[in-house]
Amino acid sequence: MGPMTTTPTDWAVEAEGLVKTFGTNRAVDGVDLRVKSGTVYGVLGPNGAGKTTTINMLATLLRPDGGTGRIFGHDVVREPQIVRQLIGVTGQFASVDETLSATENLIIFGRLLGLSRIEAKAKSVELLERFSLTEAAKRPLKKFSGGMRRRLDLAASLIAQPPLIFLDEPTTGLDPRTRGEMWDTIRDLVASGSTVLLTTQYLDEADQLADRIAVIDRGRVVAEGTPDELKTSVGSSSLQLRVMDPRDTDATMEAIERILGVHGTLSPEASRITAPMAEPDRVTDLLLALRQSGIGLDEISVQKPTLDEVFLTLTGHDAADQNQPEAQNAEGEKEEVLA
Amino acid sequence: MTVIAAPRIVPPSERNLKNYTGLGQNVRNTLTMAYRGLVKIRRTPEQLIDVTVQPIVFTLMFAYIFGGAIAGDVQNYLPTLIPGILVQTVITTSVVTGVQLREDMDKGVFDRFRTLPIARIAPLSGALLADTVRYAIATTMTFAVGYLMGYHPAGGLWNVILASLLVIACSWAISWIFAFFGVIARTASSVQGISMLILFPLTFLSNAYVPIDTLPTWLAWFASINPISHLVTAVRDLVNEGTVGPDLWTTLLGAAVIVAVFAPLTVRAYMRKA
Repeated sequence: MGPMTTTPTDWAVEAEGLVKTFGTNRAVDGVDLRVKSGTVYGVLGPNGAGKTTTINMLATLLRPDGGTGRIFGHDVVREPQIVRQLIGVTGQFASVDETLSATENLIIFGRLLGLSRIEAKAKSVELLERFSLTEAAKRPLKKFSGGMRRRLDLAASLIAQPPLIFLDEPTTGLDPRTRGEMWDTIRDLVASGSTVLLTTQYLDEADQLADRIAVIDRGRVVAEGTPDELKTSVGSSSLQLRVMDPRDTDATMEAIERILGVHGTLSPEASRITAPMAEPDRVTDLLLALRQSGIGLDEISVQKPTLDEVFLTLTGHDAADQNQPEAQNAEGEKEEVLA
Repeated sequence: MTVIAAPRIVPPSERNLKNYTGLGQNVRNTLTMAYRGLVKIRRTPEQLIDVTVQPIVFTLMFAYIFGGAIAGDVQNYLPTLIPGILVQTVITTSVVTGVQLREDMDKGVFDRFRTLPIARIAPLSGALLADTVRYAIATTMTFAVGYLMGYHPAGGLWNVILASLLVIACSWAISWIFAFFGVIARTASSVQGISMLILFPLTFLSNAYVPIDTLPTWLAWFASINPISHLVTAVRDLVNEGTVGPDLWTTLLGAAVIVAVFAPLTVRAYMRKA
């Protein structure tokens, strides 16, 4: 395909030390991101961590207070109009006209992007069909469901077929089925050659879609890597056991230490044991050992790491909503925010 | 069922990119944004109440209330009243420009406009352009009501059209003031509030409804320098006499001054936010 060496334009996004301050709150505090062309990049973090602010700076909506951002090698501050020709943005909130129909919205955006009347019309038909919105095309948007509106938003971002698409929390607030459809759509986009930078609050979503993930916390990137690397750094899934007879608890803990080679922890109610599960294969050995010792189990489950756990491991505090309290104690680095 | 594949994306290196918008694109984008404004009006026709119902109600009301007192009877009052009420109604309509601009700028769709490679000024210039259609409707309504009430302008149709264009042009000029408020204000209702506070005295403390010589001296002085009075007189000269008086030139000069002052102010404030 391309040249063998890595040219600057192999990077769809290069952000170096991006800073944005609102009053005393450093919403984005030196963010570095590098997104390779043709990949999906996930920015993962709780509410208020600085995800949207970062995207807004890269999408020329906000001027950075510090650092630089380049889109396919073009500086977001010096060449904003070129950057705008290369990006599509789907924000968290409806960025279409509520009073107009889906068709009218798409035609107006198409005309603004330089399509002729006929081309704009054809494009809107094509996009509505691709996003299964044809039947709703003439309905006022007020009657659209959340999922339909999100799809129309995305459709509007694709009129100019931009090589880079920003998706700000594309599935927040959607039901599981609609979320799955959105994921398929995003995969299709990448298959057609687009680069996607998406933000999400869900580890699962980043895991499903992203080639690389940056975990962002209080305006900083605290971890970066492939989903596998990230999960390994957190410790993988955990095994949860509840023994029938509480008197067997100590023996079970001992068996876990002997066979899995890790320390189990006892939950506050003292009936549930949780142990990190690095190698699922050894769980079989553990279960067999417990059977041989005559220890009965009430319940057994495997828990995947949640965003909360990722956060706890990476930052030492949990992933509580960072919107409000941060404004006051942005300086205090490791304060525990108890939800 | 056919599955529509996403079209292949053209890589950035093969695109023709430019970091500026030419004059042609400015004009095209402005026209598209004006078209958007008109489609919105069609979708929410209730927005047109101020330019359709208001001219009817005000013209009827003022004619029958003041007609006898000021001009002896309603018929004699119409040549004075219709130009006055025309100017007041159409100028008042221009407040909507600022209010709607504020509302628009607060919406998510505005953020999308800002991420598109379009002329930065288009959402503003498009809105101002679309509103001239509103002024045209208000103008037509006022003359139509007047005609039905028995007002037949002596200046003839051609001069009525000329007077209409004058009023529309002046309202467009004045809408720059309200667009400025719209850009700098925090809420749409505050735009409405500030604008009405200015417009109400300005339109009433003029010769729109009463002869200036009936006013107390200090008020007569204000009414005679009030630009609204000049516009009203210019319209009266055109539609009733078919003549072009000095007031027309004064008015056009005033309109030009307003645009010269407020257009740069508005555009600068707007660009800072856009």
